[in-house]
Amino acid sequence: MTAALVVVIIGVGTYLTRLSFIGALGTRSMPEWAVQPLRYVAPAVLAALVVPAIALRDGAFDLAPGTNPRLVAALLAALVAWRTKNVAAVIVVGMATLWILQAVL
Amino acid sequence: MNQVSNVRRRGTLDGSRSVAPLLVGVVPFGLVFGVAAAGSVVGGGLGYATSIIIFAGAAQLATIQLLDAGVAALVVIATALVINARHLMYSAAMAPHFREFPTASRFTLPYLLTDQAFAVSIIRYDETTDPRYKRWFYFGAGITLWIAWQITTATGVLLGAQVPESWSLEFAIPLVFLALLIPVVRNRPALVAALVGGGVALLASGAPYGLGLIIGAISGVIAGVVAERATR
Repeated sequence: MTAALVVVIIGVGTYLTRLSFIGALGTRSMPEWAVQPLRYVAPAVLAALVVPAIALRDGAFDLAPGTNPRLVAALLAALVAWRTKNVAAVIVVGMATLWILQAVL
Repeated sequence: MNQVSNVRRRGTLDGSRSVAPLLVGVVPFGLVFGVAAAGSVVGGGLGYATSIIIFAGAAQLATIQLLDAGVAALVVIATALVINARHLMYSAAMAPHFREFPTASRFTLPYLLTDQAFAVSIIRYDETTDPRYKRWFYFGAGITLWIAWQITTATGVLLGAQVPESWSLEFAIPLVFLALLIPVVRNRPALVAALVGGGVALLASGAPYGLGLIIGAISGVIAGVVAERATR
């Protein structure tokens, strides 16, 4: 399957999830058993995207701060995210830490 | 000026102003996405097209990342749709209000449904009963975000071609996800969902077809639900 086709299918699927209840006839509301799991999609998916990207180096586990500068940079960036909730500040602090450590190590 | 166009202008402007502070998070995200797309196998052209076709940042970024890693097409699609499943929740909450809109709006306006447009609209809908105002307010919020997203992602694509590899700019991708993650970990079940989601995704990172991400995500969702039931 080409990348373009993948993108179009995701685009159509995304529109349909947005339309879902709005486009439905009648006055259906979402049952609690369906709402409950959706509350945890964001934390679960985002952590699944973040953790492997910072704890793996060249495809292997590396949790040693001395050899994995991304881990240290991400921990500092997480602290900034927690204190400020500012996306730009998180990127700046994370990237700057990575560059400094890469220059030093 | 007649009353109808007055409501249209006031609603659109109010919606636009309400999301303006949220653009602080959207601008760097859009730039990072554009740069990442330009540097991936997807390329700047198709990468930018996802801003129009998908128009959902986290799903776009994950799609680019997975396609670049050579992950199987069906797994890329499934992962992106899991990320976007939260729109079902927003759609359900907006449905009673959208039911008062003209039919054409009910089918076109959901395209603009984002985390931010939902958040500002659902708060404003508590304070107003005029369906025309509600419609234009949502439109103002949605279109402002859409325009900002188009401009920033296109700019990122144009900048992306100039960025040397030694800058390790691909690290900005997990940083953006991290910036989105921290604020959603609001309570203990959400923390459990994040810890299990991240931990399982790490352990499953060697899984075939790039299934690690979706296995981690589903494990995290289940863990969150179990944790919520346990704390009741």
